[in-house]
Amino acid sequence: MPVDTAPVYAAAHTQPRPALAKLTLTEARLLIREPLALFWGLAFPMALLAVMGIASSGPGARLGGLPLVAVYEPILIAFVTVAFSIQGLPAVVAGYRERRILRRLATTPVGPVRMVAAQLAVNLAIVLVATAGILGVGRLGFGVPLPGQPAGFLVTYVLAAAAMLGLGMLIAAVAPTGRTAGVIGTMLFFPLMFFAGLWIPRATMPAGLLHISNFTPLGAAVQAMQDSMRGSWPHPSALAVLAGYALVFTVAAVRFFRWD
Amino acid sequence: MAVIDVEHVHKQYGEKVAVDDVSFTVEEGEIFGVLGRNGAGKTTTVECIVGLRRPDGGLVRVLGMDPQRDGHELRQQVGVQLQESDLPDKLTVAEAIDLYASFYRTPADGRALLELLGLADKRSTRYKNLSGGQKQRLSIALALIGRPRIAVLDELTTGLDPAARRDTWALIEDIRRQGVTIVLVSHFMEEAERLCDRVAVIEAGRVAAIGSPAGLAGRLGGEQRIHFRPSGPLDGRLLADLPEVTSVTRTGDTVAVTGTADALMAVTSALTSRGITAHELRVEQPSLEDAFVAVTGGARPSTLN
Repeated sequence: MPVDTAPVYAAAHTQPRPALAKLTLTEARLLIREPLALFWGLAFPMALLAVMGIASSGPGARLGGLPLVAVYEPILIAFVTVAFSIQGLPAVVAGYRERRILRRLATTPVGPVRMVAAQLAVNLAIVLVATAGILGVGRLGFGVPLPGQPAGFLVTYVLAAAAMLGLGMLIAAVAPTGRTAGVIGTMLFFPLMFFAGLWIPRATMPAGLLHISNFTPLGAAVQAMQDSMRGSWPHPSALAVLAGYALVFTVAAVRFFRWD
Repeated sequence: MAVIDVEHVHKQYGEKVAVDDVSFTVEEGEIFGVLGRNGAGKTTTVECIVGLRRPDGGLVRVLGMDPQRDGHELRQQVGVQLQESDLPDKLTVAEAIDLYASFYRTPADGRALLELLGLADKRSTRYKNLSGGQKQRLSIALALIGRPRIAVLDELTTGLDPAARRDTWALIEDIRRQGVTIVLVSHFMEEAERLCDRVAVIEAGRVAAIGSPAGLAGRLGGEQRIHFRPSGPLDGRLLADLPEVTSVTRTGDTVAVTGTADALMAVTSALTSRGITAHELRVEQPSLEDAFVAVTGGARPSTLN
């Protein structure tokens, strides 16, 4: 058989682009086209922090020896992590499976794994942007110092992001449709954020509640971030709790994920 | 030469046998139809060909490659359009083409391809705003963007209106002229009759018949039916005695004759010899659909969905 029987419809004369970069760029573009997600995940937490800062600018608005803005920074960082990892990511990925977008990719040389990788990368990136925004608003607007123990903060952050993206992928794995994934994400949002201290900051939680909070992923994350912001290395038990969740969620997500 | 070779493929899901024993070959440059009722095993067969499923038994070779072992290279050279496969709602046509082009070593020029598919003026339209026909054509474009040597198209025109369907058929013929071998999965007989060089009819996980649409229709579709109104008195025995004719019936002043594929010629010459003209002459050839019904012994496929 002659080798050059390839179809004669014109070949493009461009260098082949790396597919993963292209996929990531495309997914980023699609995320930017979701104004509601950007509002809740990006603009709202920063605005909330600013409102708190302005409202509590007088003396006395302190919790556990810290100004309210400083108390809420880790809580809002937890909030943005949940918004994209638990509410955004699983609905998109489960929807891609439901609508056979992953299956279409399985027929191309690129395959569906890279698509999921691109989704993870894009959601992690926007969480990083939102986190930087929150730290920036606190620092520039209200003089909250950046984390005094940056390495501890970073380790906490990586573990918390891994735990939440892992949980997001686990939801995507078990939810039959994008809509179901969205509902599961919203149902988990409330307990996760409750123990992170969104409604009752950890400094004001009764001892029993605080104890439970220490063993939830975002309770541990907020605890470890607050330690790092004060300048001390995060409590090992908080890091251990986060690492445990990250491991369990990721392993379960890989174990249960279905491509079609 | 055969570009696809399927030998005794068997696939079951648990206890349920989806494909029992299917064998066929597809020649380079042809349009090959895989026909069958819903659930007959056609999609599973095709999924084994493109490497989405591993057969439990038998052998599949595509362009000399094993779809399981050489999947990556195979997917560079085989474009697939799946049934009911979407794209993200907010992705534009141009972005989709651009993205899928990045998956292949030597992609086609996306702009030219969209031109060919009549989507040139939809480049910046988002997927969710496309009509059913436009989505289908974009799906075909994505199957062709890698300049495949084989394109596998599953239920190509399901859900399209008749005009869009005809446009799509013309497009497929166009693509074949460019040298692409096409495997068409369909339960729509008119489509297969119009497009396919050869078809395999799959029934209950087996190949029930294989051949050209006209050949199958002639061989399995039953008899030709001829209706006409004779210009003068006609003795029924004149036609009934012809070896090509099997029955003659009269309804009012109309005569209906059934017979073999050569019956028309025999009937008209018999009439001419008696100086009789056949008015309102109508001939019904057996169709692929008749053959399909004869082979599968079931309901007409195009009325099933």
